[in-house]
Amino acid sequence: MERHITLPLTEELARTLHAGDTVYLTGTIYTSRDAGHKRMCETLERGDPLPFDPKDATIYYVGPTPAKPGQVIGSAGPTTSGRMDAYAPTMMSVGARGMIGKGARLPEVVEAMKKYSGVYFGAIGGAGALLAKCIKKAEIVDYEDLGAEALRRLYVEEMPLVVIIDCQGNNLYEQGRKAYLEQTEGRGEV
Amino acid sequence: MREIEASRITEAVERLCIEANEHLPEDVKCAIRTCREKEDWGIGRDVLDQIIENFEIADEQCVPICQDTGMACVFLEIGQDVHITGGDLTEAVNEGVRRGYEKGYLRKSVVKDPIRRGNTGDNTPAMLYTEIVPGEQIKITVGPKGFGSENMSAIRMFKPSAGLQGIKDFIIETVETAGPNPCPPMVVGVGIGGTFDKAALLAKKALMRPIDSENPDPFYADLEKEMLEKINKLGIGPQGFGGKTTAIGLNIETLPTHIAGMPCAININCHVTRHKTEVI
Repeated sequence: MERHITLPLTEELARTLHAGDTVYLTGTIYTSRDAGHKRMCETLERGDPLPFDPKDATIYYVGPTPAKPGQVIGSAGPTTSGRMDAYAPTMMSVGARGMIGKGARLPEVVEAMKKYSGVYFGAIGGAGALLAKCIKKAEIVDYEDLGAEALRRLYVEEMPLVVIIDCQGNNLYEQGRKAYLEQTEGRGEV
Repeated sequence: MREIEASRITEAVERLCIEANEHLPEDVKCAIRTCREKEDWGIGRDVLDQIIENFEIADEQCVPICQDTGMACVFLEIGQDVHITGGDLTEAVNEGVRRGYEKGYLRKSVVKDPIRRGNTGDNTPAMLYTEIVPGEQIKITVGPKGFGSENMSAIRMFKPSAGLQGIKDFIIETVETAGPNPCPPMVVGVGIGGTFDKAALLAKKALMRPIDSENPDPFYADLEKEMLEKINKLGIGPQGFGGKTTAIGLNIETLPTHIAGMPCAININCHVTRHKTEVI
């Protein structure tokens, strides 16, 4: 199913998204990856507030290339989400609902997604030049010392994504592959 | 004896870092386009269309194909009749990486210590491999290597009794474990033989070879074809969403090895398999 959605990602909206849906996302998202997540979780552990309001927020796992003169941002495709698995349940526990990345997630992340109505979106890994086209605004919110890993606020328009794991725990990586193999088996190819 | 100024190496490395990151090699583009034509799974076709659109944008606008502009793997084949003057060779290469990553607005993705971390700020040091060869030229290849795929690579020290089947199973197991993580469709570099370290280097070198080429030994050329076909029956597909195109190429490089061993390394790369060569 093709969906055009506008953020924030409320619980109500999250529940309408299903694994395999093609989604064009518009709205404000935040960027963070390894070092940023570590820092955010340490901040929460100390009982301090995050540099942004995590309620219904969507986090894009990306470390963009530097913007050339005249560009909003450099190439900006997703990084492997599994490295954020250690932090994702904590982020969801304070309200962050959407995650954009690529690659498999651990069962504990999927459990947290079911508990907090989280959604895991896939952007196309390695399509950094294409994805940058959807990013209309970019500004650093905090952690500037982390360079490419700084915490950024982005405004995206019609960002092409696919729902990989929905809040019921359905997983496109499992379902898509299974459906494809069943189809080829049906044709006697395997 | 031919004298070559170290500064010429710096200039070449600078150029190659930028060009490799912006322009995908023709053999890789061609393989992706061919796989798009053959892909029979809808979402797989959509993904490949976006991958093609992406490298076309990068080509036209001279921007990085992928935001992970990699660690700069630099291979130097230095003619034994060359005398490098005017500076330290390693520093000349690192200076080229430093300038290329700055001038090309490429991402600085290197940390100075594997455990204590801390970005070096200029993407140095390069991962530098030198080889002394006959002649009086220097051949420089820069292959920026992203880590989404590097992290899914594997090495194993087999008993010789594991035989060909052991190698085949290991290739499939490694691709299966990698699944959607290394941004499939992937390119698979296989190094068999040598020592522990040489097997890994062979696997990396296999990724630098054009993917439309084949191993000169027909035994390994057949194995390359067979394994690519088997991988593309796994159903992982573009980005792991299902489909026929799990890998666009598989190259095998080998070396003689010890009577007691059969090392095998598998270096996984993504569809952004970048490398660019220049001869001075």
